[in-house]
Amino acid sequence: MANMAQAIRMALHFGEKKLGVTDIFGEDVGAPLGGVFTATQGLETAWNSPLDERGIISTAIGLGLAGDRCVAEIQFCDYIFNTIDLLKIAGNTLWCSNGQYNIPIVVMSPVGAGIRGSIYHSHSFDAWATRLPGWKVVMPSTPLDAYGLMIAAIKDPNPVLFLKPKSLMRVRGEELIPGEPSDEKELKAMIDAPIGDRSKWKPRWPKLEEFEIPIGKGKIVREGTDVTIVSYGRTLPLCAKAAADYAARGVSVEVIDLRSLYPYDWGMIRDSVRKTGRVLFVNEDTEVTNFGEHLSYRVTQELFYELLARPRVLAGKNLPGIGLHPNLEEASVPHLEDIHHEIESIISEVP
Amino acid sequence: MLDMMVKSRVLEERLIKVYKTGDAFFWIGGPGEEAFGVPLGLLVDKGQGVSHDYLHLHYRGTPTLIAMGMTMIDSIRLIMNRSTDRSTGGRNFANHYCFPEWNVVPVGSPIEVQYGMAVGTAMAQRRRKMKKEAAGVSIVTGGDAGSAEGDFASCLIWSSRPGNELPIYITVQNNKWGISTKFDDQHGEKQVADRGKAFGIRTNVVNGNDPIESYFAISQDLEYIRKNTKPVLTEFMVSRLYGHSSASGANREAGECPIDLFEKRLVDSKYIAPGFVKEMWAKYDLESREAAEIVRGEPVPLKESIWDHVYLGSENADWRKF
Repeated sequence: MANMAQAIRMALHFGEKKLGVTDIFGEDVGAPLGGVFTATQGLETAWNSPLDERGIISTAIGLGLAGDRCVAEIQFCDYIFNTIDLLKIAGNTLWCSNGQYNIPIVVMSPVGAGIRGSIYHSHSFDAWATRLPGWKVVMPSTPLDAYGLMIAAIKDPNPVLFLKPKSLMRVRGEELIPGEPSDEKELKAMIDAPIGDRSKWKPRWPKLEEFEIPIGKGKIVREGTDVTIVSYGRTLPLCAKAAADYAARGVSVEVIDLRSLYPYDWGMIRDSVRKTGRVLFVNEDTEVTNFGEHLSYRVTQELFYELLARPRVLAGKNLPGIGLHPNLEEASVPHLEDIHHEIESIISEVP
Repeated sequence: MLDMMVKSRVLEERLIKVYKTGDAFFWIGGPGEEAFGVPLGLLVDKGQGVSHDYLHLHYRGTPTLIAMGMTMIDSIRLIMNRSTDRSTGGRNFANHYCFPEWNVVPVGSPIEVQYGMAVGTAMAQRRRKMKKEAAGVSIVTGGDAGSAEGDFASCLIWSSRPGNELPIYITVQNNKWGISTKFDDQHGEKQVADRGKAFGIRTNVVNGNDPIESYFAISQDLEYIRKNTKPVLTEFMVSRLYGHSSASGANREAGECPIDLFEKRLVDSKYIAPGFVKEMWAKYDLESREAAEIVRGEPVPLKESIWDHVYLGSENADWRKF
């Protein structure tokens, strides 16, 4: 089974062969490295840009204005902050031009903690991203979803932010990507560049098929009746594990992988919360003005009288960075025991 | 050229009057830059798509658009935020034009962001040029003060990458001011154009108050870019006759008027009779007044239209509804 980096690479290959992607670019995206997480290795249209995040985003906008399809990368989302006004422009161009110019671009960026990235390689961007009207925002938690969401992002005529949970980039999926060989080693031999001299290496791409995850559609990864947990990205597998742990204790936890942060699958959240009466939102972005707070607000506004317990948001601590030492990093973002604690708290609440 | 320079100036002064009479919230523009903007508009390869030139204008582009054929009433609809405003549908400031049929991409308010975006359209054009499909140029205009922004440096760097030089015309209209900040207080470089030399970019400094000099400079620059698929950076020294915007009063300031200079030159050369410009002025003044009257009676955007065009053809604009 492919890991997420391989899945994104295969989706980009499909994009450049079948969906008209003309440029995949960013810092170290081209040969020889193929991106610091290898998600762009061996791609035909991948090239190295100057180390200039503003230049990357503004060039992507220009390519979009000219009608070309590009996928631009910001190497770590921590570096995307100096492009905020350009992201704002990409998001408002259709609106400001009264519908006359759309910007069909994809910007991808690794997000979150989990690789001991310290202060400037562990930030999250989900709350910031959802404050950029005009953008669609997606974040997969499995390789198959990464493949399907990337294809949907490329096809979308609006700007799409594709947030890559960096701690999941090397995690293998449990589902085959359509067209992927079932043998991991075979896939690796086909599309992973060798260590050392890569000057003569070319990937052998599997015969990939189109597979799209519609933007705005979440996924119930585990059905339950007592508590709903809504998560995405790095914290999603932790939530699924916590749900499995509690199932053994007789508590039925429903887990929703949101997958798209904007537009988000409100219908799925609503129906689940109506069923369970209890909801926990989990993500690793900082807790003050967190995207989970918006979802929690909406739950209280629309489902208040159907709740059996107050909604919770479990998020990263409101800190200016993630410290390098494991003790610091682990104390800063949600972990399995934190999710256990919240489930314990929410099921013990009696209306 | 003189006719269009006068038309543009009359229009800009009408926009200021519209603002001052309370029919608009804000004015920003570029009276004093007609001797640069009109020749540019005359020399643009006008059309839609990568085969034609892209225009990444800043909010001082009225003379260029007048020369390209924009009507006065379209500019007045923009400043008076009518629903008939074809550039923004009543959503943005004066001079924030958008004409897709002429590759005029939306003018933005942040200074200098257009320099980076021009790289993108130029890259798309280069691709077609290499396949002999088209020879469009991306033209970007901006102010001297904004050249302090990193986007200007980005433009120089990205335009001159070895083996990937772009068909981009980088222009700076240096009026020696950034709102109320003097160029001389902030810039150690003698000319902004000098910065292009470090990147191997062909550079020029032109008297942007002389439409003849501007015309020939622009013409030669565009010819060079089309032929060589390489960038050019040209700095046009221009006047600022009404301050930066209504925020600084929008009152007439001292400065060399390019229309007066050109008129005198044409009169002295006996190309036109004294008083000729006055007639033009009266003609366009009447046209602008009549246009403003028409626009005053036109519909304004409806409140419900705020959700239009957030996403292309999408139902996802208002989160309350999904």
